Amino acid sequence: MGHDHDHAHERHLNRRSLLTRCAGWAGTAAVYSVAGGVVSSVSLDAALAAGKPAARTKPFTFVQISDTHIGFDKAANPNVHATAVQAVERIKAMPVKPDLILHTGDITHLSKDDQFDDARQILSGLDVPVFYVPGEHDFLDEGQGKTFLSHYGRGTHGLGWYSFDHDGVHFVALNNVAALKPGGMAHLGDDQIAWLKQDLAGLSSSAPIVVFAHIPLWTVYEAWGWGTDDADQALALLRRFGSVTVLNGHIHQVLHKVEGNVSFHSARSTAYPQPAPGAAPSPGPLTVPTEQLPSMLGIRTANFVRGNGAIALIDANFA
Amino acid sequence: MPVLSHVGRVALLAVFAVPATLVPLQAVVAAAPAKVQKVAIDNFAFAPQVIVVAPGTTVIWTNADEDPHTVTATDKSFHSAAMDTNESYSFTFARPGEYAYFCSLHPHMTGKVIVKG
Repeated sequence: MGHDHDHAHERHLNRRSLLTRCAGWAGTAAVYSVAGGVVSSVSLDAALAAGKPAARTKPFTFVQISDTHIGFDKAANPNVHATAVQAVERIKAMPVKPDLILHTGDITHLSKDDQFDDARQILSGLDVPVFYVPGEHDFLDEGQGKTFLSHYGRGTHGLGWYSFDHDGVHFVALNNVAALKPGGMAHLGDDQIAWLKQDLAGLSSSAPIVVFAHIPLWTVYEAWGWGTDDADQALALLRRFGSVTVLNGHIHQVLHKVEGNVSFHSARSTAYPQPAPGAAPSPGPLTVPTEQLPSMLGIRTANFVRGNGAIALIDANFA
Repeated sequence: MPVLSHVGRVALLAVFAVPATLVPLQAVVAAAPAKVQKVAIDNFAFAPQVIVVAPGTTVIWTNADEDPHTVTATDKSFHSAAMDTNESYSFTFARPGEYAYFCSLHPHMTGKVIVKG
């Protein structure tokens, strides 16, 4: 298992008293998500089944941001820089500082160096380690990902996949936007799946797993390519674990699905919304009235409560 | 199309404006029959999705979407860079055959160029 990447980031972690944060969550009984103002149970069964927390796991908070699309300047949002900054401001204002940020891809709109630099500049204001996976917009340079990998590939495997552990949770970063095949959906590829098998092999089934990738690992809408054609092979490797949380971006809206111990969650973009599956002739950027835009952009906070099953996800928009 | 017709016009003007010895007649003849077929990229689809053209035809794809797209041959024999809004890519099909292509960013978008002699 290659954890070089993770150790590099761990060194930068600004650790604080975990006990303080733990107190904030004592007595929290339900795992919930808030989507569009409606509170709903996401994986209560998993939470109840969590049982005795493993000694090595500790409560912590992390944040998922997605689809910043730095460089986009069309009608759906002429100023994606400003809305990405807004995401950073929201994170800074959180009552509990997150231990880490996951960026689930489409960092840039056109894979340009200056767009990657701008994104890095915006997110560097957080003083929190950011873990990236590429979106297809980050892999469209002539080198088919070379620019992304030159910015974020150090210490990763293959075309940018890696894993790391944080306070008892195993995080797996996957790239499903490389070498896409005609007529199909997203694709992980045999090399990455072989690596995943090896990566997970040594883990106890009670280890909580967080998988993050850009395009959904469940089929949201095949006609728009919103799914991953070989995701089943990856999920087969993940099913033995008691708690698997799969986080993705790409579709610029909050959707959830639970399949046994595996829960899937897509996140809002910080840049612009996209239509609900099949609700428009194409999945292109959705232009809404200016005053409505903030309600359709957002970030996700994840509170790893305790033990081996409970991650509380809170999706907050910018309204 | 605009680029090619512009070239043709310049060549013709040159013929009329200067002594013919400076512009071989053959050059004008070669430029004139250039065939061009346009394909729009609109709403995440190639339109027309399938085109039938004669050998030597230049196909010009133009992206009308707010999202970038590519034109990538399934057999990788030709491919565009990512085209942002209103950007174009052209490729000239010299030999007969069927050329399947797709958008490498949105692989559910597929198209085909059939070149018939």
